[in-house]
Amino acid sequence: MRRTTSRILRGIALVSTLALGVTACGGSDDDSDTKAVSAGDIQAALDKGGDITVWAWEPTLKTVAADFQKKYPKVKVNLVSERSGDKHYTALSNAISAGKGVPDVAQVEYFALGQYSLTKGLSDLAPYGADKLASKYTPGPWNAVSDGDKVYGLPMDSGPMALFYNKTVFDKYKIAVPTTWDEYLDAARKLHKADPKAYIANDLGDAGFTTSLLWQAGSRPYKVDGTKVAIDFDDAGAKKFETVWQKLIDEKLLAPVSGWTDDWYKGLGDGTIATLATGAWMPANFVSGVPNATGQWRAAAMPAWTQGDKASAENGGSSLTVPALSQNKELAYAFTEYANAGDGVATRVGEGAFPATKAELESPAFQSKKFDYFGGQEANKIFAESAANVASDWSYLPFQPYANSIFNDTVGKAYVSGTTLAEGLKAWQDASIKYGEEQGFTVEK
Amino acid sequence: MSTSVTASPAKSTGPKLRTPRKKHTPGKPKRNVLLTALMALMVLYTVVPLIWLVINSTKTQAGLADSNGLWLAHDFALWDNIRDTFTYHDGIFGRWLLNTLLYVVLGAGGATLLAVLGGYALAKFAFPGKRAIFAVVIGAVAVPGTALAVPTFLMFSKMGLTDTPWAVIIPSLVSPFGLYLMWVFAAEAIPTELLEAARMDGASEVRTFFQVALPLLAPGIVTVLLFTTVATWNNYFLPLIMLKDPNWYPLTLGLSAWSSQAQTIGGDVIFNLVITGSLLTILPLIAAFLFLQKYWQSGLAAGSVKE
Amino acid sequence: MTTLQPPAAAEPRPAPPPSRRDRRSWTGWGFIGPFVAVFALVFLAPIAYSIYLSLFRDQLIGGNQFVGLDNYTRALQDDAFWSAVGRVALFLAVQVPIMLGIALLVALALDSGRLYGKSFFRITIFLPYAVPAVVATLMWGFMYGTKYGLVGDINSAFGVTLPDLLSPDWVLASIGNIVTWEFVGYNMLIFYSALRVIPTSLYEAAEIDGAGQWRIIRSIKLPAIRGAIVIATIFSIIGSFQLFNEPSILRPLALNAITTDYTPNFYTYSLSFNGQQHNYSATVAIIMGLITMIVAYAVQLRGMRKGA
Repeated sequence: MRRTTSRILRGIALVSTLALGVTACGGSDDDSDTKAVSAGDIQAALDKGGDITVWAWEPTLKTVAADFQKKYPKVKVNLVSERSGDKHYTALSNAISAGKGVPDVAQVEYFALGQYSLTKGLSDLAPYGADKLASKYTPGPWNAVSDGDKVYGLPMDSGPMALFYNKTVFDKYKIAVPTTWDEYLDAARKLHKADPKAYIANDLGDAGFTTSLLWQAGSRPYKVDGTKVAIDFDDAGAKKFETVWQKLIDEKLLAPVSGWTDDWYKGLGDGTIATLATGAWMPANFVSGVPNATGQWRAAAMPAWTQGDKASAENGGSSLTVPALSQNKELAYAFTEYANAGDGVATRVGEGAFPATKAELESPAFQSKKFDYFGGQEANKIFAESAANVASDWSYLPFQPYANSIFNDTVGKAYVSGTTLAEGLKAWQDASIKYGEEQGFTVEK
Repeated sequence: MSTSVTASPAKSTGPKLRTPRKKHTPGKPKRNVLLTALMALMVLYTVVPLIWLVINSTKTQAGLADSNGLWLAHDFALWDNIRDTFTYHDGIFGRWLLNTLLYVVLGAGGATLLAVLGGYALAKFAFPGKRAIFAVVIGAVAVPGTALAVPTFLMFSKMGLTDTPWAVIIPSLVSPFGLYLMWVFAAEAIPTELLEAARMDGASEVRTFFQVALPLLAPGIVTVLLFTTVATWNNYFLPLIMLKDPNWYPLTLGLSAWSSQAQTIGGDVIFNLVITGSLLTILPLIAAFLFLQKYWQSGLAAGSVKE
Repeated sequence: MTTLQPPAAAEPRPAPPPSRRDRRSWTGWGFIGPFVAVFALVFLAPIAYSIYLSLFRDQLIGGNQFVGLDNYTRALQDDAFWSAVGRVALFLAVQVPIMLGIALLVALALDSGRLYGKSFFRITIFLPYAVPAVVATLMWGFMYGTKYGLVGDINSAFGVTLPDLLSPDWVLASIGNIVTWEFVGYNMLIFYSALRVIPTSLYEAAEIDGAGQWRIIRSIKLPAIRGAIVIATIFSIIGSFQLFNEPSILRPLALNAITTDYTPNFYTYSLSFNGQQHNYSATVAIIMGLITMIVAYAVQLRGMRKGA
């Protein structure tokens, strides 16, 4: 579940999923998969045993795989976790296009699901009973994995957004925690004035971050209906975002540091990057990446775009999927369900993962967990509330990985030149439309 | 280009050179302090990044975050880092090291062998298609390799080679520069008369090659071996495409995987191990260069054929 | 006798024609065959496959169809592609002469025998060649940082404001610096080794004639290593046109400065790996290969003519 959507390779070598992949896997799976697979069939497969290969970098799966093998001694889970993000997708797409070496279970982030499901790279899990699990998950993640009556994966984790802020810095300069983005802008000015080396946040243009903020602001730039898509960044929500963010850029209130770099971790640690609006999975990264700032940071609800508005959004998050070319789909599904809907969930939450299941999010034990890193704060309460306030009608493009890969070529200009954000978003829109048309989508303007 | 290039040494050493000077024997020219100082600047440029690497491999993740990059942190954790590098994730770094060695032995070794044979053929035989070969080699090298990655991957996949060491080793077997170097070297180092003499004596071509040519080629072979070793050791893009099983990763790919852990959720941020691992990755090569210095320098210099 | 004759110079001089008549047989193929076979497998076959691919267009929706030369027409009118070509051409025009110039200077200095600690210099300057591009770019990326890097340190120590080396205006130069750092030593060694085989008798004769070092360099040394210079130039041209590793590894630090179509090779990579446009990617790669070949060939011809 990584969210550096801005990195180059981020996109995917779906390359030939299309060209050769379709010939390799097209047709065959669609029909065969529609017949229902009973729980008995799955149990029989578990009893019979076999090997499955799982490509997933989510660290808590290691324990889950071990537990699963203990429970079903005849099943051997081969967990491959060294690859993440772009490298993972490149390998997955290459395997799919070659029709060989495809894993039985693959982690796929929500924003990339559309591309794989559209190209028939993934199995529909509804016949295995996944459609009956809908009520277990919060709406955001479920909306991401399902498409009509088809289910392309089970949500593994989610990233309801929160505002992490460095309390030490805020206290030092007597800045109040902003509850709206306007207050956030004021806080940014006040902080940078008090300490020219300190910034309210870092941002050099990050597709995942920007789309999440647009989502929160109520903008719905992407409309997707099968192969018909519409892309339009000219709506009220986008305007709200542009207004505030353009000021932050123009007044040089954002640290010119890219996320997930060495400098970024340093900035989070030394107080020069004072807030971070991101997914609720962030605490684990704080602990391992910014150990020297233990006790300084706190979590808060996202600032609102309009006073009193509670709307939140998702940032990051991923699912486990069963590729269409999996050789052992029953076992693959059994593992997926165990990890993301069954006993595995508790194990994973215990190890610090942020769940996508309602039961865990609402459990008292989860909500009252005290985070040493946040000075004993019960941060999960904030995250759970955010999860409940995520608007579920957002959709990504079926070629979002490509769109994200060119974000910095277009919108990025607004951060380093005279181009405005609005112009940048327009350029992004045009480039995305052009690509969509080239790929045979019907693009409405 | 030569004029622009040579302009600046004239500035630095010019005065000395132009004044009439005592004749010295060519073997013992006068040492020049200014020139040495200039070279020292060049060395500084060369080593500063390396010094950064060494200094930072002594720091913990916390130390990295709150200390100046070109100075030691309060903690000295080099030994801990080295130990952690080798024990992290069940010691997979060691496995990557062994993989890299395997790729170097078979890949670079094989590349050298092919280059030696090919270079010998180009230098000492006339055969149909000879003129075309190098033109084709240079031409093919000019096509961007990244774009060939996917076609190559698909071909290899059909042959069942992907995700095996062969997928890395086979493409490493071609070293156009090695071929060129051996061609030139063989042309200079092996007197054609020697070959003719061996053939007169009734030696087969294979025997002539091994008994007459090969010993003469030794310095060149070491040189090519060193170049192909570097290429294989530092190979990154190809394994990235070809390998899915991390157990077959070479060091470069493994380090990059560790580095991108900082970008995953709950992923351990281990820049300290990435840096220490980088240092450990380049040390063996540097050691090889130092220890084999005598051989490859004479090989490159083709000194053996000096009249 | 010169070393490192460029390849196309046909028969090496030491083997005069006589041996040709009876040896013009297939025997040579027995030796070069293995190289050619592997070469055909890992270079020629994928290129042939790419040419085949370049004649098709494949869409996410609508599938694969034969489009003849449409992709080529598109590439010839593709601004992104040509501006990337322009960028590497600029890189080539500036970085390659600087890199080879420094390499040549260092080689001449080493060869002059006027240095203290010659072998120390030789090995140290060569060392960066042993550093993988991944590691080299990681190290330089750190140094370029205006916040925590060497640039930042210099800024705060001397109260100056150096330009942000990762900004759009500077990043090409920054990449050039990394490439130079990596390959000066390598090229230096090629030049140096070529210099070492110039017979000392030539110098002696020149010195007796009263020629200065400077003259010796111009009249004896440089002409003698022309072959090495040409071959180093050709490999550097190919390297420049294929520039990819350094910008791609540096990109996370300079997202807005290094676009996904920054160099032709980066563009083909993005097309293929981000955009699934592998047909078009193959087309761009082939055109780029042709351009590279033409330029390399022109340099070789020019180099040869002067050398003859």
